[in-house]
Amino acid sequence: MKRRTFLASSAGLVASVIVRPVAAVEQNSVLTTLVNEYAAGDAVREGRVKFDIARLVDNGNSVPVEVTVDSPMTPQQHVVGIKLFNEKNPQNDVAQFTLSHLSGRARVATRIRLATTQQLVAVAKLNDGSCWTHTVEVLVTVSSCIEE
Amino acid sequence: MARTLITVPRTAKRDEIIEIRALVQHSMETGYRRSSEGDLLPRDLIRRFTCRFVPGAVANANTASTAGDLIFAATFHAAIAANPYLSFNLRATTSGTLVFTWEGDNGLAQSDTVNLLVA
Repeated sequence: MKRRTFLASSAGLVASVIVRPVAAVEQNSVLTTLVNEYAAGDAVREGRVKFDIARLVDNGNSVPVEVTVDSPMTPQQHVVGIKLFNEKNPQNDVAQFTLSHLSGRARVATRIRLATTQQLVAVAKLNDGSCWTHTVEVLVTVSSCIEE
Repeated sequence: MARTLITVPRTAKRDEIIEIRALVQHSMETGYRRSSEGDLLPRDLIRRFTCRFVPGAVANANTASTAGDLIFAATFHAAIAANPYLSFNLRATTSGTLVFTWEGDNGLAQSDTVNLLVA
C-alpha cells in the first residue's frame, strides 16, 4: 500500500470512528435477516429493549446477559416474546423466551456462550405485534467452542 | 435425573413482583466439540423450560405440568451455557404452586414444584 492511499484510508477510518455514536451499532445484515424472520412482517424498530451484556468478555463459555423491555406488563399491553440472536456462533439462535402479563416485569436473565467477537441482538415482540430491538457488539478474548 | 436449584421467596405480599431463579445441572453439549480421540461429541441439550403457576396446592408435579397458567417459557439452543440458568419475574396474586419443567435430548424430562405463600 502506498503511503498516500494508506493515509487517506486511515483518515477515513478515524472519521468513521468519531462520527459513529457510542450507543448505536450498525446492525449486521445476518442479524437483520433473522430479526425480520422472527418479526414475520411486523414493524421492527430500535428501542424500548435493553440488552445488558459486558462489552469485553473474558470467557466466552459463560457470559451473563440480561434483557429488559420497557413495558407495563398489563393484560392490555405486554411483551409476549423475546428472542436472542448471535452473528458468528455455529448457530445463530441463542434462545427464545415466552413471557406473559403474569410476569409483572419484562425481564429475563441467563448465561450464554460466545464463539468470537461479534454482534448480538435482542428482539422483543409485544402483544400489539410490534417488534423492538437492541443490537450490541461484544469483544471476546477467550472463545467458547475451542477447548476440548 | 438432573439436579436443580430453584430460588423463590417463601412468602410475598399481594401484587409484589418477585424474582424466580432456576438452575439445572447439565453439560449442554453443543455437538461441535471433539473428544481427545478426535470423535465428535454427540449433541445433548436441554431444549425447553417452562414455569407455570397453579393456584392452591399441587399433589403431583407430573400431572400439574399442563395445569395452571404459563408464566414463562424458554427454548434453548447450543449457545446457552452449561448448567442453564434463568432469572425472570412473577407478580404474586394468590398463594399457589410454581411448577417448573425441563425437557431435552435423550429423553430428559424433569419437573419440580415450589410453594408460594401470598399474604
